[in-house]
Amino acid sequence: MSNNQTPEKATNLHIGKAEPGCKKVDPILVIDNVKKSFGGLTAVEVAHLEIPNGAITALIGPNGAGKTTLFNLLTGFDTPDTGTWSFAGKDLAGVPSFKVAQMGQVRTFQLTKALSLLTVLENMKLGAKNQTGEKLINALIPSLWRKQDKALELRAMELLKKFKLDAKKDDFAASLSGGQRKLLEMARALMTDPTLVMLDEPMAGVNPALTQSLLEHVLNLKNEGMTVLFVEHDMHMVRHIADWVVVMAEGKVVAEGPPDTVMKEQAVIDAYLGAHQDTDLGVVTGRIDIITEEETK
Amino acid sequence: MDWGSILNNTAAGLLTPTTLAFALAALGLAMHFGFAGLLNFGIAGFMAVGAYGYAISVLTFGLPWWLGMIMGVVASVIFALILGIPTLRLRGDYLAIVTIAAAEILRLLFLTTAFEPVTGSADGLFGYNAAGGFAEANPFPVGDYGFGPWTYNEQTLWVLVFGLIVLSVAVFLLWALMRSPWGRVIKGIREDEDAVRALGKNVFAYKMQALVIGGVFGALGGIVLATSANVSPGIYVTSLTFFLWTALLLGGAATIFGPVLGSIIFWVLQAFLTNVLPALAESGILPVSGIQAATLRYVLVGLGLMLIVIYRPQGIFGDKREMTFVK
Repeated sequence: MSNNQTPEKATNLHIGKAEPGCKKVDPILVIDNVKKSFGGLTAVEVAHLEIPNGAITALIGPNGAGKTTLFNLLTGFDTPDTGTWSFAGKDLAGVPSFKVAQMGQVRTFQLTKALSLLTVLENMKLGAKNQTGEKLINALIPSLWRKQDKALELRAMELLKKFKLDAKKDDFAASLSGGQRKLLEMARALMTDPTLVMLDEPMAGVNPALTQSLLEHVLNLKNEGMTVLFVEHDMHMVRHIADWVVVMAEGKVVAEGPPDTVMKEQAVIDAYLGAHQDTDLGVVTGRIDIITEEETK
Repeated sequence: MDWGSILNNTAAGLLTPTTLAFALAALGLAMHFGFAGLLNFGIAGFMAVGAYGYAISVLTFGLPWWLGMIMGVVASVIFALILGIPTLRLRGDYLAIVTIAAAEILRLLFLTTAFEPVTGSADGLFGYNAAGGFAEANPFPVGDYGFGPWTYNEQTLWVLVFGLIVLSVAVFLLWALMRSPWGRVIKGIREDEDAVRALGKNVFAYKMQALVIGGVFGALGGIVLATSANVSPGIYVTSLTFFLWTALLLGGAATIFGPVLGSIIFWVLQAFLTNVLPALAESGILPVSGIQAATLRYVLVGLGLMLIVIYRPQGIFGDKREMTFVK
């Protein structure tokens, strides 16, 4: 795959006009009236939002738009004041975060959470679900879990090879660079066999050399049948890989649509540049008149 | 100065019931702090629950010694659950505050005269080893065993052998648990519990299991201590908790043998200082009285604890690489 070629986009995801809250052909995540306020500040207020299945959706918006808060709400890391949301038809309101992850909706964090004093391989193995040896009683009898652990190790090594971390398998995660930790966190999330991968700013703090490989990893998730929802500030990345873009501002969804068209919408420009960027503010007052030499004479 | 007797007493500190009890309790702390990241400052409370549970079961309820010991362990499980349910959902520091307070509450309950018929108040409890049949269960015939500084009568030998068996089982259990996938989750929780939660693990349940297991080790430490000395509220004070922390950090918090060897080193050093400091004072080298010199060792313990935490936070047996990446 050439580096600069635009990947094939999934199209025809929505029904009707591409506007905030529009219906999707096959939604995986359906959000209704989710509201969260911190004191007097309403951080998130989403009336209706559907995330298309089997596609890469980008969640963009200026700082403080409520993107990460929405992530936290959807994954059970925070509880909303009101609202319901469902994942693959199952109601998720009030479900604790670890159960959300067990259902196949896995997330990563904006500030990478590599488990520093575990080795890279241990980080990976921790990700796998339904491990016999993770039950206290079974833990004491190695014959119950050794075979499963070996199989997990093979799977973990395969993933690590893909992410080019296989040489680091016995190093502490703390010794990895920031970008490598992002890769590790993504690879670890994949160990859970997710159906929906939620990435919170996967590119933040990653050097340009790694960006390209991270992009390809995200694209590969879609090719392997997973749905991706990611928060990102890098517009090039959004345009390059997203099939659908949801724009948030001040807690609300202000626009959604395919990347080429949504970026041109007035609401998006307003959200990023301010609604009054073109307004003539009149004569700027308060300037000191330039005193010419003649006048001083 | 009589160096012979000083060294003899120091060597004796290598293997005493107290050393074994310390090793067990420090092992519990290793489970709590070293592996699960739970800041437990109430390990003395867990020891007290074990010791009193054993003694009260025997003296008040007339149970045999082994059943009394099991009751002590059961009591510590209940204590861990009561502590854990409200605090384990909160941030780590709250557990530290709650555990130190709970251990003090417990000690004062044992000290108060309100329950004197059961707890013995300030006098504590004694005679349970004979009443419950622990002393009678001694398989060793009357006589002296061992050599040099390690000469014991049949009673002390029985206490030591019993303590060593309990300690070996605890060491094996901790080792078996920490090499398993269960141990991996526990260590992951120590590093970042949100990350582990995001991977679909029930973090609260794991932390509770770790708190209970470490608490049981602490209670077993209290029970082993109770087999050799009387049970009294004066033993289970906050300074005991901090001595145990010193022993743990000395050996290495996130290791299996660290707490055991840390306890041994701690008690050998204690035995050495107890003997050498008053001797130095008597011979005029230290400008203090003999009693002052004896208490000087606690000052040195505090100093030692600080030096370890600053210069060797991973302990003697910890992984060197861990030091490079102190958070």
